[in-house]
Amino acid sequence: MSLRSDEPELRSLMLAGLDGDASAHKSLLAKLVPSLRAYFKGQLARIGRGAADAEDLVQETLIALHTRRHTYDRSQLLTPWVYAIARYRLVDYLRRTKAFNAHAPIEEAAEVFADDDQAAVDSTLDLKKLMAKLAPKTRKAIQLVKLDGLTVSEAATQSGMSESAVKVSVHRGLRALSLLVRQRRPS
Amino acid sequence: MKTDELINVLGANVEPVNSGHLRNALLAALAVGAAAAFCLRLAMYGVPADPFSGKDIGLKVAGLAFALSLVVVGGRFLIKSARPGEAGRGPLIVIGLLLFAIFSAGAIALAFASPAAWRGMVFGPQWAACFFCIPMFAALPFVSLVWALRRAAPTRLALTGAVIGLVAGALGAAVCAYHYPSSSIPFLVLWYGGPVVLCAVIGAMLGPRLLRW
Repeated sequence: MSLRSDEPELRSLMLAGLDGDASAHKSLLAKLVPSLRAYFKGQLARIGRGAADAEDLVQETLIALHTRRHTYDRSQLLTPWVYAIARYRLVDYLRRTKAFNAHAPIEEAAEVFADDDQAAVDSTLDLKKLMAKLAPKTRKAIQLVKLDGLTVSEAATQSGMSESAVKVSVHRGLRALSLLVRQRRPS
Repeated sequence: MKTDELINVLGANVEPVNSGHLRNALLAALAVGAAAAFCLRLAMYGVPADPFSGKDIGLKVAGLAFALSLVVVGGRFLIKSARPGEAGRGPLIVIGLLLFAIFSAGAIALAFASPAAWRGMVFGPQWAACFFCIPMFAALPFVSLVWALRRAAPTRLALTGAVIGLVAGALGAAVCAYHYPSSSIPFLVLWYGGPVVLCAVIGAMLGPRLLRW
């Protein structure tokens, strides 16, 4: 599988996900993982980092692809958007972990996006620990909607929040989580 | 955590996304910032008796038109750069041409005047007021635009910061130009164009810190 040849399929999954189709969204993220993993492993190998770092980056990128999905322009190709986010996460990660070598060229996606079907390595990301740092209301909303899989209206009934409050809390919670994910370094 | 678990979390109960939201949020931020700068100006100095009168009206209109064209082109760039990927060079080239045009117009006007008149042309009425007011009024649209872009996903932070500074500075300049007379083209270029460029430089320096995501 290469991202470029799968563009039409990936893009239609993305468009369905943007319209609220959860299974299309999930399947898109799953299909992107092997390519992302190969990309990050390739880039990290050049500066002597291991697989756990790559898995962290894969997960950070998945979170970014999800929380920033409103920045995808439906009239454009999906692959360049995914690549730009992956590349941004890599540069940010290297800068953050002080291993950034300004002279190390980051190669073009087409050359390095190969497949990597190796079984998933655990990342250092511990969702339960990160969740503990969220505000109680936000944590509750994330727990009900994202972990327990309730619908927004079920979560609203169970938590006593209004539906829009649940939506806002989930949204805010995911953003807060993506910030916490980036601050939890170094492992 | 396993990546599959994360995908299950992210993929549970996905909300539909409104496709026009990003663009509208940026335009709203631009409008709010501009209105705030204008209102601050009115609150500080009151309503000018008759802003579009007097002998320098042509210069005033030219200054306003120049500032607003920077806002429009810069705004187009920001809408693109809010999305990851190539933002395109078109708007940047237009911005460069606009700045080049105004700075050469200033230089040409000086070249055609006698050196004895330079001092009077450059240090026109209230030159210091323009120089300090523009960055001050630019601060409000700068904050609103940064706020909006933090919710988006710019990938070239220094460049995006520079254009935010430029747009905010141009709005500040437009607000000032509405109130202050400009006595000559070199005056307009130096005390309006200069602070706008300064705002862009400040934006470029703050961008990587303020816009990180």
